[in-house]
Amino acid sequence: MAKLFVLAEHRQGQLRDITFEMLTKGREIAEKTGTELTAVILGSNVKEHAKALAEYAQAVILVEDPRLENFNSEAYKKVLQALIAAHKPLLIMMGHTSYGVELAPRLAAALSIPLATDLIDLAFEADQLTATRQMYGGKVNVKTVVRKAETYIATIRTATFTPQKPSPPANGQILETPSPLTEDIAEKRFLQYVLPPPGGVDITAAEKLVGVGRGIKDQANMPLMEELAKTLGAVLACSRPIVDKGWLPTDRQVGSSGKTVKPKLYLALGISGAFQHVLGMKSSDLIIAVNKDPKAPIFSFADYAVVEDLFKIVLPLKNKVNEAKAQKT
Amino acid sequence: MDIIVCVKHVPDTAEAELKIDASGKAVDKAGLVYDINEWDDYALEEAVRIKEKQGGTVTAITIGSEDSDSTLRKCLARGADKAIRLTDPKFAGSDSYATAKILHSVIKTMHYDLILAGLQAGDDGATAVGPILAEMLGIPHATMVKKLELATGTAKVNRELEGGLEEQIEVKLPALLAVSTGINEPRYVSIMGIRKAMQKEIKIMTLADTGLTEAEVGEQGSWTRIEKLYVPPAEKQAEPVTGTPDEIAAKIVDLLRSRGLI
Ligand SMILES: Cc1cc2nc3c(=O)[nH]c(=O)nc-3n(C[C@H](O)[C@H](O)[C@H](O)COP(=O)(O)OP(=O)(O)OC[C@H]3O[C@@H](n4cnc5c(N)ncnc54)[C@H](O)[C@@H]3O)c2cc1C
Ligand SMILES: Nc1ncnc2c1ncn2[C@@H]1O[C@H](COP(=O)(O)O)[C@@H](O)[C@H]1O
Repeated sequence: MAKLFVLAEHRQGQLRDITFEMLTKGREIAEKTGTELTAVILGSNVKEHAKALAEYAQAVILVEDPRLENFNSEAYKKVLQALIAAHKPLLIMMGHTSYGVELAPRLAAALSIPLATDLIDLAFEADQLTATRQMYGGKVNVKTVVRKAETYIATIRTATFTPQKPSPPANGQILETPSPLTEDIAEKRFLQYVLPPPGGVDITAAEKLVGVGRGIKDQANMPLMEELAKTLGAVLACSRPIVDKGWLPTDRQVGSSGKTVKPKLYLALGISGAFQHVLGMKSSDLIIAVNKDPKAPIFSFADYAVVEDLFKIVLPLKNKVNEAKAQKT
Repeated sequence: MDIIVCVKHVPDTAEAELKIDASGKAVDKAGLVYDINEWDDYALEEAVRIKEKQGGTVTAITIGSEDSDSTLRKCLARGADKAIRLTDPKFAGSDSYATAKILHSVIKTMHYDLILAGLQAGDDGATAVGPILAEMLGIPHATMVKKLELATGTAKVNRELEGGLEEQIEVKLPALLAVSTGINEPRYVSIMGIRKAMQKEIKIMTLADTGLTEAEVGEQGSWTRIEKLYVPPAEKQAEPVTGTPDEIAAKIVDLLRSRGLI
């Protein structure tokens, strides 16, 4: 039976969520295409992971090698080249993550296998792979058709498919496969993990957050945003460009490369709502977004939409909050 | 150190109203303002800083129509020494694979110690050109580069992982590095600087100069072909809060009060 590969992603002893998200979507595609859902795990001392994967997949290919202890795209590329040659899978799914982004395009180019990236949906229609992703910061979706081939590679956006364990568990067979690596990867070496600097402010613990984005335009406007946050009894958080510009420290960043927050209130000011940001805040209890663009993607995640220039709202809001607080006392 | 920087001229769409055009396969570009791709801006800055420290040259290269010259001029004004623009109607419809092939056809003839690219093109990018190009050139690569330290023959690179964690890796040079935003603070260029750069030459090359065939570029030479564009369905329907700014503020306060948030 032809195979459908899902590359398991793990780091520092943990299988990452994207793995189970892909296995869930992969199961649907495997059923439709009559392929065998096969988890592929590369690592060192990862038999426990292989067992966990076997609950989701019909087969698990396990390759262990000390050289695979930490992720290295060149090592992964070499191992996957060998596995692809041996099994000729219909599709290889991997996460559109820091690992997948490093590996997938290079592997695709090495083997001349068509690649589609950052997918929010994929399906085989009349024998051809169609792939859906986003463009222009999430303002537009695009459906693409991938050139016909024996094997395809797809990277899958995180938090797009909800993981579901099959019941009963798939109880897949674990196929221990010898590592094809014969020497160390000299051109690219893992050295160490670097932890984020210990933060002064823990935005994940805040009950209320005011999130500011590029729409605040100028660093000179930061004090005004801070005042509003203070009045609200909220902590100031932000989108990535604000950290990139150095207007707020890294520990204030909400999103995939920052923190995931779940406050009782998230007030988003001048944030467009790019996927990487939304990932970090969409579970907040109450989301109020202020953006002058009625088509801003943030509005499809917010509870309340204020389509307005944020600078017209901030001062009146601050004043009204002060009034309300004065009434209370 | 000779450095090549791949840059793309892209529309700024964060605040623009996007309309899908009549073909249903592209957005209407009329009225959009273009500039250097955000990630490439950081790549160019990183290249210029390396040059300022240790000498060498910086060459900016792009695939694009004549409008892209303004992005190349910006690179020249910021400290690039040379600029190349690859242009041909046949390049239209190129995905990341075809784009990488076109860049490869020229870069393979040049001398370089380092190639810098952006992690992704913010318009229709696939986060793929850099590593594909590196594979074609047979050199190591790293993406999501947040920090870069050069030593003799190697580069120590911090790659950003999820949630603020980074990994430090070492790659042999020459290498291709695809940078993340925030790796540096791109400098401001004065109008004077851009004017001065007007005198610098932009080398133009077409399909004929690449040695590639028509079938290798554009839609034909691509892995993916756009079938249709559509507006993403909303995950939830936000309730509009309308009125004058004072009324809006009052409504928000009511909302917060009703939830015990003030
Ligand atoms: C690997 C990777 C990881 C990433 N990680 C993160 C992350 O962790 N967190 C994150 O936030 N981003 C992250 N990003 C970046 C993300 O893709 C977006 O680029 C970013 O979130 C955009 O920030 P923004 O909304 O502030 O800016 P923009 O997208 O530029 O949006 C600005 C918004 O402000 C509005 N606006 C402008 N002026 C006004 C005004 N006067 N009044 C009201 N509204 C106004 C505009 O209409 C626009 O919607 C990541 C990207 C990559 C590739
Ligand atoms: N048309 C282009 N011309 C030059 N470089 C490009 C072009 N398209 C993409 N790139 C480079 O490849 C990077 C990643 O783009 P992408 O893979 O399209 O998201 C960009 O940041 C650029 O450095």
